[in-house]
Amino acid sequence: MRTIPFRQALREAMEEEMRRDSRVFLMGEEVAQYNGAYKVSQGMLDEFGPKRVLDTPIAELGFAAIGVGAAANGTRPIIEFMTWNFAVLALDQILNHAAKMLSMSGGHFSCPIVFRGPNGSAGQLGAQHSQAFESWFANIPGIKVISVSNPYDAKGLLKAAIRDEDPVVFMESEVMYGDVGEVPEEEYILPIGKADVKREGTDVTIVSFNKMMKVALGAAEELAKEGISAEVIDLRTIRPLDWQTIVTSVRKTNRLVIVEEQWPFSSISSEISYRIQKEAFDYLDAPIRRICSADANMHYAPNLVAAFLPDISKTVKLVKDVMYQIK
Amino acid sequence: MQTPFGKETYLYWYELMLLLRRFEEKAGQLYGMQKIRGFCHLYIGQEAVAAGMMTAIRDDDNIITAYRDHGLAIAKGITPNECMAELYGKATGCTKGKGGSMHFFSKEKRFFGGHGIVGGQIGLGAGIAFADQYLDNDRVTIAMFGDGAARQGLLHESFNMAMLWNLPVVFICENNHYAMGTSVSRTSKVLDIYRLADAYDMPADSVDGMSCEEVHKAIDRAVRRAREKGGPTFLEIKTYRYRGHSMSDPAKYRTKEELEEYKEKDPINQALATIMQNNWATEADIEAINARVKQQVDESVKFAEDSPYPSDDELLKDIYVDQDYPFITD
Ligand SMILES: Cc1ncc(C[n+]2csc(CCOP(=O)(O)OP(=O)(O)O)c2C)c(N)n1
Ligand SMILES: [Mg+2]
Repeated sequence: MRTIPFRQALREAMEEEMRRDSRVFLMGEEVAQYNGAYKVSQGMLDEFGPKRVLDTPIAELGFAAIGVGAAANGTRPIIEFMTWNFAVLALDQILNHAAKMLSMSGGHFSCPIVFRGPNGSAGQLGAQHSQAFESWFANIPGIKVISVSNPYDAKGLLKAAIRDEDPVVFMESEVMYGDVGEVPEEEYILPIGKADVKREGTDVTIVSFNKMMKVALGAAEELAKEGISAEVIDLRTIRPLDWQTIVTSVRKTNRLVIVEEQWPFSSISSEISYRIQKEAFDYLDAPIRRICSADANMHYAPNLVAAFLPDISKTVKLVKDVMYQIK
Repeated sequence: MQTPFGKETYLYWYELMLLLRRFEEKAGQLYGMQKIRGFCHLYIGQEAVAAGMMTAIRDDDNIITAYRDHGLAIAKGITPNECMAELYGKATGCTKGKGGSMHFFSKEKRFFGGHGIVGGQIGLGAGIAFADQYLDNDRVTIAMFGDGAARQGLLHESFNMAMLWNLPVVFICENNHYAMGTSVSRTSKVLDIYRLADAYDMPADSVDGMSCEEVHKAIDRAVRRAREKGGPTFLEIKTYRYRGHSMSDPAKYRTKEELEEYKEKDPINQALATIMQNNWATEADIEAINARVKQQVDESVKFAEDSPYPSDDELLKDIYVDQDYPFITD
C-alpha cells in the first residue's frame, strides 16, 4: 500500500469531501495563501479558489461564530484553528452555540460543522501553547470529539466528521504532521465512536489516543521484551467513548492502564476508570492506573517538559506495578 | 540633521538598539544550533519602537507585550544575561527557565510579559492600568500588540472600557505589516489601524516606527496625557520585521524590494548618521560602543551556557502561591 504523511491524509479527506459536496468549505488563519501554518491545506486554494478556502484575520471567536451560523444555514464548514490553544477564544461558540443549536431550537436547526487543528504539546513551547483539550470538549453534550494518532485513521475519521450531521471537534498534533503511514488510494470512511485494537495482548490493556499512542505502543514493545504481553487500544473517538472495546479487552487481560496527555483532574482516564469499574468490576485483578501530564502548567526548560509528559519508561514502570512486578 | 534631541539621548538610543540587534542576531544563530528551542520571534528591525519608548516613559511605568518580547524586555532593564539564560531554559533566566522566549517577565522592572495568545495582553494592559488608577499610583501602562492582534475582538472591549473609565493606558499597535503570512490589507477594510480608536473617541495617531524621535514624541504626548488623568491614547507605530515571523518562517509572502526599502530606513543607521553629522562621537567612540555591546552579548551566552537547568522539582512550583497545594500525582 502507498504511504503518505499525516498532513496529506488530512488534506485528502478535506479535498475529497469538498469535491463531493459543494457546501463544504475551509476557513481559518493562514489556510489559503500561506498553504496552512503546518501545510495541511497546501494547494487547496489553487484547487477550490478563495470562495471555499478562506484566510481569516486573527479572530477566533469571530470566524468560529461565522462557521456556526453558516452551518445552521445550509453549509458544512470546516473551521481550522491554528492550534486548539487558540480555540478557547471560540469556546463560547462551540459550547454555547454549536453544541446547543439543535436542542435549543427544538430540532429546527442542526449544526454540521468540523472544528479541527493540532492539539497538545509540541516541544518546548511553554505554558500557553502546550495544552491538550480532549477532556474539555468531551465534557460537552451535543458535540463529538475525535483525536487521531495516524494517517489512516485521520483520513477516514475526518471524512466521517465532515459528513456527520452534528458538530465535531477533531484533534491532530503538530508533531505528527510529518509522520508517514499506509493509506489506501481507494476511498474509505471510518465510523465515529469506534476504538481500535492496535496491538493484541493478554496480560494488560493499555488505552491511549493521539500522540500518546506512540508512548503506549513503545511501552508495549519494551514490555514484550520482558515477557509481558500488552494489548493496546487507540480510542480514536473520545466522545462517544467506545468503552465496550475496553471492557472486552479487560475481560481478557484483567488489568488496565491509561496513557493520556490530559491534565489528571476530570480527564479521559477519570471517565474510563469510572466506566470500567462499573462494567467490568469482577474482571479487574488490580486497580486501574493512569499516566497523565503533570497537574501543572507546562514550563519551557527541556527537563521540565520531560518531567511533565507521559513517556515510555514511566508507562513501563506503571504497567509492572499493575502486574505486581515491582516490589 | 537638526534635532531637538541631544547627544546623550542619541548615544543612548544607538547603544540600546545595537544591543537589541546584536543580542537577537546571536539568539538567531543559537537557535540554529538548537541551543534555543520552541518558538522564537525576533524583533530585528523594530528596535526604534523600544528605544524611543524608553526615553518617553518612567522606570516605574508598566509594559506588557506579546511573544516578540526580547527587545522590549532588555530595553526595560532585564539584563541580557537573564534574557539569554531564559532562551536557554536555564534556572538563572528571567523566569527561571519556565517561560522561554515568548514569556519574559520582571516584576522589578515592571515588565508584565511576554504573552502567547494573540491579543490577550490588550485587555491585560487595561487591567494593569485599572489597578494603578485604583491604587492612586501615577504610573502609566504601555500595552503593545501587533497588527494581527488588532483584529481580535478584545481590542474593542478593552478600548471601550479604558475610555469609559479613563484608564492611564497607552495602547500601541506595532504595525510591522504582517501577521505571520497575512498582510494587513488582507485582514480588514480599515487599513489605518489607528482609526479603530475613532469608534471610542480615543485620541490616536500614526507614527513612523523607524525613527526613535518620532516614536519618542508620540509616546511622550500619550504618556503625559495618561499621567495627567487625560485617559488612553492609541498609537499605530509603523515598523518592519526584517526576519520571518518566527525561526521557521521563510517569509515568502513579501518581496525583497519591500524588505530593502525598510532596511534603507534602518533605525540604527539613522541614529548613527545623526550622531556623526552632529559630531557627537568619533569613529573610535562608535567602535568602543560596538565593542561594549559585543562583550555584553558574548557574556550573556557564556552566562547561559554556564548556568544550570532548573531542578526537576520545579515542575510543581509556581503553579500556586499556596505551598501546600495537594497536587494530583498519579
Ligand atoms: C489567539 C491566537 N491565535 C493565533 C495564534 C498564532 N499566532 C501567533 S503569532 C500570530 C501572528 C500575529 O501577528 P501580529 O499580531 O501582527 O504580531 P507580530 O508577530 O507581527 O509581531 C499568530 C496568528 C496565537 N498565538 N494566538
Ligand atoms: Mg505584525
